Amino acid sequence: MSQNLRLQRLKGLVRKETLQIIRDPSSIALAFVLPIILLFLFGYGVSLDARNIPLGIVVEQPDAATQSLSGSFEQSYYFSPHYFQTIQQAEIALKFHHIQGIIWLKQNFARQLFSHTQAVIGVRVNGVDSNQANLTLGYIQGTWQDWLYRYARVQGVKLNIPIEAEPRVWFNPAVSSRMFLIPGVVAIIMTIIGSLLTAMVVAREWDRGTMEALLVTPLSNIEFIAGKIIPYFVLGMGSLAATVILAIWLFDVPFIGSVGILLVTGALFMLVSLAVGLLISVLSKNQFVAGQVAIVISFLPAFILSGFVFDIHSMPAAIQVITHIVPARYFVAILQSLFLAGNIWPIILTNTAELLILLLIFSRLVAKKTRKRLE
Amino acid sequence: MSIRRHLLLIIALAIKELLALLRDKKSRMVLIGPPIAQLLIFGYAATFDLNHITLAVYNEDPGEASRELISRLSGSPNIDLLYTIQHESEIKPLIDNQDVLMVVHIHPQFSADISQGKSGKVQLILDGRNSNTAMIALNYTREIILQLNQQWAKNGLLHGPPVILESRAWYNENLRSRWFIVSGIIGLLSLVVSLVVTALSVAREREQGTFDQLLVTPVHPAFILIGKAIPGLLIGILEASFIIVVAVLWFDLPFRGSIGALYLGVFLFTLSSVGIGLMISSICVTQQQAVLGAFMFLVPAVILSGFATPIANMPDSVQLITYLDPLRYFLIIVRSVFMEAGSYNLFWPQYWPMVIIAITTLTMAAWLFRHKMY
Repeated sequence: MSQNLRLQRLKGLVRKETLQIIRDPSSIALAFVLPIILLFLFGYGVSLDARNIPLGIVVEQPDAATQSLSGSFEQSYYFSPHYFQTIQQAEIALKFHHIQGIIWLKQNFARQLFSHTQAVIGVRVNGVDSNQANLTLGYIQGTWQDWLYRYARVQGVKLNIPIEAEPRVWFNPAVSSRMFLIPGVVAIIMTIIGSLLTAMVVAREWDRGTMEALLVTPLSNIEFIAGKIIPYFVLGMGSLAATVILAIWLFDVPFIGSVGILLVTGALFMLVSLAVGLLISVLSKNQFVAGQVAIVISFLPAFILSGFVFDIHSMPAAIQVITHIVPARYFVAILQSLFLAGNIWPIILTNTAELLILLLIFSRLVAKKTRKRLE
Repeated sequence: MSIRRHLLLIIALAIKELLALLRDKKSRMVLIGPPIAQLLIFGYAATFDLNHITLAVYNEDPGEASRELISRLSGSPNIDLLYTIQHESEIKPLIDNQDVLMVVHIHPQFSADISQGKSGKVQLILDGRNSNTAMIALNYTREIILQLNQQWAKNGLLHGPPVILESRAWYNENLRSRWFIVSGIIGLLSLVVSLVVTALSVAREREQGTFDQLLVTPVHPAFILIGKAIPGLLIGILEASFIIVVAVLWFDLPFRGSIGALYLGVFLFTLSSVGIGLMISSICVTQQQAVLGAFMFLVPAVILSGFATPIANMPDSVQLITYLDPLRYFLIIVRSVFMEAGSYNLFWPQYWPMVIIAITTLTMAAWLFRHKMY
């Protein structure tokens, strides 16, 4: 068979797929509108940084000391204090979600403070959202410690806290969650586009009965797969470029690494996602099943198992093993380093290698399962 | 027509829809298998608790106090002391390559300062690429240092802080993030299932051409709508019940509130998901569009629901959008019933918005049955 003929056939199939993409506005919408919506959602909507936490303050016996302490909470960016007469009232407000936590200065607070026995501040938080509660407790502790130093200085007391910790957070000195979420979002968007788009394309041929028509053509397996992948690869890379540019431009996320590495690893990741999508498509042969499986297999694992929000090291060992077959995991790691820390070669190389292995496995499976045969 | 005949008609339509859904072995599997697998995997995977804070120590201080601090840190069950380094230049590669999350740098004067009654300085260097993890690790380390401070103060060696905090968390006393996440998964997975079941139902018939046949039968569109809604409703409620049972029996979540209040919530939530699914389905012409449409709704709905990140942290304009998200209301109900012993009186502000979402979307779906967009 001449090389020329093969190329021509491939071109034909690519043209057909491209036309299908262009004529059904939903794939274009998915590739270019969804990333923008997602970027806005994550960029503006998703934040783990609390601000203006409604905090109840109960002062049973106001004096100068309690006033300066509650003043510290009022000035803090993290809290918006509400005052209550009694702890009972504050607890009811906590129960009805009007406030997230309570600071309780008991009657003997001032007396204890001056008699050199330790005064106690009661703190209550609503623990339902445990992560938020943890962070709130951390902020309360920080505000309290600052106040303590200041108060001691004003009173002329020498305050000797034995150990003083100075935190330095590298790569993200302001500890802004947006900085780490945005690179992850790019990986999630790519997963969705890669696997969801292609999940439907072979299943659709079976559903509509056009598969039989393709079967009688002299098209080989490889040509068939390539023909399906090429147009979506182009679409996906366009979407990757658009997403990264928007992310940097809209959200001021630094991009310290090199663009070349981004393109190479991005292309590799795109291929893996497309292969996953095709595999779903080939196995399910029915759009209903393919659509369901794609949602369940692509989006949710990319969201939860990729290390995008939840730390992989904290997962049980068995789950950590499972995360190795989630392609997004590697791309999230690469992107977080490329954006915030630069070209960290050990991270880039190991993750790229794992992506390559996944690509080999998935494409092998696709090739094996794509049998041009009626059952 | 008598009420009896109407009922029979609806039952017949619902059975037809259920058969269309469950006849195919693959679609049956898809409704049962993945949700169970996901519940188990995500239940264990989605945790904000850090139980392996990887740590390297760079100790320049030969004294007693620094050894005590290090043994406190490495003795903590959630900290893994991986490296003890000798040189400042070793810090950067360890953090850069994510070999450790945190480096504790103890200054040479540490013990000497403390014994002279000054504060000993410790630098904590954290990898901020995941800011949340960094914050949690920082808080955790601070807590250990605080305890050590208070203990030294109590032993009379040094002055301690004159004021101490006595913190207590309500409803989730040990601040287990699994309680928070698993209860959220109940909403997440039943939304996914009921949405996907209904989102494809009209689009599939449109693509196969059977929807026009259905429309020319003497059955009123409202009945077609009810017939299509029932399977989604049934499957959604069953799915939610299953996950609730697993959450309590397998993941040991507390169940402190009222079952009735929870199920009223489950019903209204599933109804509004079904309404949204049917609306998407009747806008779309092909199944591909329907899947994409479901996705376009699902992703923002999950992100804006407060499932993983709190709504209160969002900008005000985005918070307004979350009022359109049924999952937002349902998550408050589930979590409150599980942990806060919530009951009906707490939930009216959550019930009625779901009623409105359900009525609006179902009405629009019925209207769209007849008036195709294109």
